[in-house]
Amino acid sequence: MNPRLPLPRHGLPRREAFRLAGLSAAGLALAACGVQGQKAAPPKADEVQDFWSKQTKNGKVVFANWPEYMPEDKGPLEKFAKDTGISYEYKEVIQENADFFGKVDPVLRAGQPLGYDIVVMTNGIQLQHMIELGYCVALDHSKLPNFAANAGQKYKERAYDPGNKYTVPYTSGVTGIAYNTKYVKDDITSIQALFDPKYKGRIGMMADAQEIGNFGMFALGIDPEKSTEADWKKAGDKLKEQRDNGLVRKYYDQSYIDAVAKGDIWLSMAWSGDVFQRQLAGEPVKFVVPEEGGTIWTDNMLIPKGAANPLDALMLMDYLYQPAVAAELDEFIQFVTPVPAVQDLLREKAKTAKGEDKKALEQMVDSPLMFPTEADYARLRGYTPLDNQQQQVFNPIFQSVTQA
Amino acid sequence: MRRLTPYLLALPGWMWLAIFLIVPMAAMASVSLQSGNAIDGFAMTFSVSNYSDALGRYSTQLVRSLLYGGMATVAMLAIGYPVAYWIAFKGGRRKSVYLFLLLLPFFVSFVLRTISWNFLLADNGILFGTLKGWGLLPADFHVLATTFAVVGGLTYNWLPFMILPIYVALERVDPRVVEAAQDLYATRTAAFRRVVLPLSLPGVFAGVLMTFVPATADPVNAAILGGTANTMIGNIIQTEYLTNLDYPTASALSFTLMGVLLVGIFVYARALGTENVLEAAAR
Repeated sequence: MNPRLPLPRHGLPRREAFRLAGLSAAGLALAACGVQGQKAAPPKADEVQDFWSKQTKNGKVVFANWPEYMPEDKGPLEKFAKDTGISYEYKEVIQENADFFGKVDPVLRAGQPLGYDIVVMTNGIQLQHMIELGYCVALDHSKLPNFAANAGQKYKERAYDPGNKYTVPYTSGVTGIAYNTKYVKDDITSIQALFDPKYKGRIGMMADAQEIGNFGMFALGIDPEKSTEADWKKAGDKLKEQRDNGLVRKYYDQSYIDAVAKGDIWLSMAWSGDVFQRQLAGEPVKFVVPEEGGTIWTDNMLIPKGAANPLDALMLMDYLYQPAVAAELDEFIQFVTPVPAVQDLLREKAKTAKGEDKKALEQMVDSPLMFPTEADYARLRGYTPLDNQQQQVFNPIFQSVTQA
Repeated sequence: MRRLTPYLLALPGWMWLAIFLIVPMAAMASVSLQSGNAIDGFAMTFSVSNYSDALGRYSTQLVRSLLYGGMATVAMLAIGYPVAYWIAFKGGRRKSVYLFLLLLPFFVSFVLRTISWNFLLADNGILFGTLKGWGLLPADFHVLATTFAVVGGLTYNWLPFMILPIYVALERVDPRVVEAAQDLYATRTAAFRRVVLPLSLPGVFAGVLMTFVPATADPVNAAILGGTANTMIGNIIQTEYLTNLDYPTASALSFTLMGVLLVGIFVYARALGTENVLEAAAR
């Protein structure tokens, strides 16, 4: 068409008509695409049974886990493959709960499989979301005999997942204080050290809202498990004061442990196993659970919705609950095992071991960080239980501290 | 048929834009006006207040990001222009070697390169530890967790994107025009100022465009090299998307950032006397 032709005078000019059509299409598109909620009712018992009765062993399992959570020779998994004939793929793809959830949420929301049969997540907000959104396959406990026989009582009573309906613990750990003994000459026992002007600019805190929130509350003598909104605000103010006075160097993710070991910071909130591994490597770091309290958390195994090999996954979960397998695993990862019998097994092993190995094993067996006593447990608290509405209050309070 | 050929050739490009740019942008625009939460779902409520709320809460970080992006861009220009000039006019036969060396670090991942700065700049690391040992630096001197570290990281990470377009523009400058200027009694400075510099401006324009935008939106440097008061808007958007699952606020922030950057670019284009931004960038 010759562009110089005059536009028709009656009705809408052609271009105008196109533009209007385009705009209304855009408007429709805008209104149409929303993000649907998927809040799922828990499946009924017969649905669960029905699901599991249809599953068969496929001879393959894909395990998604955190870094440094499996011996380098993959011993436990190799044994599993040998005993059951199920081959495994092991992937260290989880660095942080929030990131991981952010990545898998759209996939699971769209009803597509993740490609993993087991994933490991901490008992925080994201795991709660996984359960609420129906992203986890309900477990068939008749196929978990080792779990029933060998898991410690504490690890069967989980407030975040009553009756272990969707998850079984992989390992637990303690959040406390780590310090570099080259720079800090005092014996740190109190959480107030993190608020001591003496260490101005040399203190590391964690960026995670739940972790830092707990420590703010411990410092004020508040029990996080029973805390209220007013408590969170008080803790937030305490932490802001700590920041504004220049005490905090940085709010860290897992990189805090390097910073402590290098001496960029002298003391920091820390996870027990990380510090323990560094100690065995000969670095001058020490870990304490402050007298005011510390946090205990659990990393849990679950089967995501749409997993290709749920039965094989369930078999592997149960396999890891054999004391001998759990002991081999814990000897490497050095966090708190959910299988109490491991302590005796490692003690036995220490008797026959020699030299460095013997020393390391003895250290492990006696460590309250790997085998907390009842008195230790009494000082440890879980994450603040939060419902969806509460999260929208809790998170901003502590994020306004860490992301100023 | 012949008249259709150009359109058919452009089709893959248009499809690409439609699928990977327009559709996601429309979805994001839609989400930025919705309200709700991730568990119960989000519904369209045309809540424009998402924008004012997000801006009210995070204006500090937004302004800081623009400031850091601007500082890094100026630093890149100051470092990049002489380098590009040198390669273009003095590089001789080895030009491609120098360009290759410039791009060499890019065979290593962005995040990894940023983390290595953490090791280099550690308080008691190879560099500062040694200097402190010689008594040349006070014991509590540190670079990590400061504004300088973040802006430095941004400058380092995006520098080649400044140098390359400037190099391309300078490369096209015919040495004979400089000779001609000198024949007409221009000093070396005058020849540079009145001949070479104006001819290289499209490259500078493209360089600034290619570095200012990503540097301002970058979340990595602030997270790895920054301290308690260096949070950039990219970090906030990441937290809102991945941790808080507050998609409307995150989308509103993304669009606000985009809007501010666009306005900034047009102002810059006018200041530089370029009427058409895209045309100038393509030159």
